[in-house]
Amino acid sequence: MEQLIQQLVNGISLGSIYALIALGYTMVYGIVKLINFAHGDVVMVGAFIGFYSITILDLGFFPALLISMASCAIFGVLIERIAYKPLRNATRIAALITAIGVSLFIEYGTIYVRGAQPEAYPDNIVPLKSLEISGVKISGQSILILVISISLMILLQFIVHKTKIGKAMRAVSYDMDAARLMGINVNNTISATFAIGSALAGAAGVILGMYYTKIDPLMGITPGIKAFVAAVLGGIGIIPGAMTGGLLLGVIESLVSAAGGSLWRDAVAFVVLILILIFRPAGLFGKNVREKV
Amino acid sequence: MKNVKNAKGFWGSIVLVIIFTVVTQFLINGGTLNSFYVNTLFSIGINIILAASLHLIIGITGQFSIGHAGFLAVGAYASAIVTMKLGLPFPLAIIAGGIAAAIAGLIIGIPTLRLKGDYLAIATLGFGEIVRIVFLNIDYVGGASGMTVSHLTTWPWLLACVVITIVVIVNFTNSTHGRACISIRENEIAADAMGINTTFYKVIAFVIGAFFAGVAGALHAHNFYIIQPTNFSFLKSFDILILVVIGGLGSMSGAVIAAILLTIISTFLSNYPEVRMVIYSLVLIVMMLFRPQGLLGTKEITSFLKIGKSAKGGVQHDSKNTVA
Repeated sequence: MEQLIQQLVNGISLGSIYALIALGYTMVYGIVKLINFAHGDVVMVGAFIGFYSITILDLGFFPALLISMASCAIFGVLIERIAYKPLRNATRIAALITAIGVSLFIEYGTIYVRGAQPEAYPDNIVPLKSLEISGVKISGQSILILVISISLMILLQFIVHKTKIGKAMRAVSYDMDAARLMGINVNNTISATFAIGSALAGAAGVILGMYYTKIDPLMGITPGIKAFVAAVLGGIGIIPGAMTGGLLLGVIESLVSAAGGSLWRDAVAFVVLILILIFRPAGLFGKNVREKV
Repeated sequence: MKNVKNAKGFWGSIVLVIIFTVVTQFLINGGTLNSFYVNTLFSIGINIILAASLHLIIGITGQFSIGHAGFLAVGAYASAIVTMKLGLPFPLAIIAGGIAAAIAGLIIGIPTLRLKGDYLAIATLGFGEIVRIVFLNIDYVGGASGMTVSHLTTWPWLLACVVITIVVIVNFTNSTHGRACISIRENEIAADAMGINTTFYKVIAFVIGAFFAGVAGALHAHNFYIIQPTNFSFLKSFDILILVVIGGLGSMSGAVIAAILLTIISTFLSNYPEVRMVIYSLVLIVMMLFRPQGLLGTKEITSFLKIGKSAKGGVQHDSKNTVA
C-alpha cells in the first residue's frame, strides 16, 4: 500500500513536468493549429541553459530557473518568427514538416556546437528535506517539482483569463480573422503564445534535468512526444485538459513501471495515445466538432 | 496500339535493367568497384524501395505517416527469424518480411487511418516507437543487443526487388485503385461523395506501402550483418520522410532521384553525422519555405521528356502542388 502511494506521488511529480510541457503544445496548437515538434527541444535548451547558469555562472536554483525561462521565451519567439510565420497560410503538412525540420536542427545543432556527451545535473542545488507522512516518504524533490509546476500553472491561468494579452490569445484561437478585424495584433499574440509556452518548457527543462539527473542534446524528444500525448489525452487546445492529461499520463507511467514493466514504460504513452485517438479523438475534455464541407 | 507501345517501353526498360545488373555484377565480381561503392549501391537500392513505398502512402494517398521505420523493423526482424532461426532460404525471407510488415500495416492501418493529418502523423509515429520497444523487450530476437544476420543480400536480388517495387507501385498508381487513392489525396470528402470507399483504399495503400517497406527491411537486415532496435528509431522514419518530401510529394521519379542523391550525400558525410543531420534539417526547412511541393512536385521525370503529354500519377495542373 505504501509502495503504491509512493509510486502515485512519483507519478504526480513526473506528470506535472509533462503537464508543463503539454501546456506549450496545447496553447500553440490551439492558436495556430500546428504541432510544434520543436517544443521538446526547447525543453532541452532550457535544461542546458539552466545547467550552464548553475555551473558556470554559479547561480542558485531559482535564478537559473528564471534565466532559463526568459531565454527559452526569446528562443521560442525566434523559432516562430523565422520558421513558422512565413508558413502561416501554407498547408498543414508543410508546417508539420517544417516543425520536424526545426526540431532536428535544434537537436543536431546543439550536438554540433557542444558535442553529444551527456552532463550530470548538479545535485542538491536546493537544500531539501524529505517528508514522511505515516510511513510514506515523499522526497523534497517531488514537493519542489509539484510546487513549481502548480504555481506556474496558476500563473498561466491568471495570464490567460485576467490579462489583456490572455484575452487576445483566447480571441485569436477562437477565430483568427474576426480577431484581426477587431483590431487585435494577431502576429504579436501568436508570438506571445510561443513565448509563454516556451517559458514553461524552459522551466520544465530545468526541473526535468533535476529529475533525471542527466541531460543530453536528445533528451527532449521522448518527454516532448509524451507531453504531446498528454495534450491529446486532455483534449488538444484546452489548457485544463493539458494539465489533467499530463498528471494522468505520469501516474499511469509510474504505475506501469511499478507493476514490473519498467522497460515497457515508454510504450505506455503511445498505447494511451492510440487508444484515445480511436475512442475519443477530441480528448477527455474536448467536444466533438462536426466537420463542415 | 497505345498499349503495345507502352508495353514495348516497359520491356525495353526491363532489358536495360537486366543489362545494368549484369554489368554491375561483373564490375563487383571483377573488383573494379571497391566495397565502398558496392555498399553505397546497396544502400541506394534499399532507400529507393523505402522511398517508393512511402511515396505511395504520402505522395499518392496523402496519408501523412511518419512511422515507416516500424514497418522496416518488422520486415527486418521477420526475415532475420526466417533465415537465422528457421534456416529457410533467403527469397522466402524477403517474402516473409514483406508479409509480416503488411500484416502490421493492416493492424495499425484500420484503426489509425480514421484519423487525419497531424493526428495520423503522431499515431503512426507512436506505432513506430511501440514496434521498436516491443523488439527491445523480446529476448528471442536478442533484445537491445540485437540479432546477427548473415550477409545474404546480393546485387541481383536487390535490383529485382527495386524493379518489382517500382513496377507494382507505378501500375497501382495508374490503375483505377490508384486514381481512387489520388482522389482521396485531393479531397477526401469529395472522394467519399463520389462513391469511393475511402477507408478501403487508404488501408490498401498503407498495406502495400508497408509490404514493400518490409521487403526493404529484409534486404536491409541481410546487408548490414546486425539489426538492433536502435536502428529503427523514428530518426530512421524521418530519413525516409525526407526522401519523399525532397523528391516531391506525389512524384515517383522524384522520390527515386532523391533516394539516389541523398544516399550518396549521406555516404560522403557519414564521418560527420551531426553535420549531415544539420544539413538535412536545414534543407527540410528551406524546402518547405520556398518550394513546399519538393523538387519535382507531383510531376514525373518522363513528363519533362515528352513535352505535351500529361504527367502520370499526379494532378494535371500546377495550382495545387502539395498534399492535404
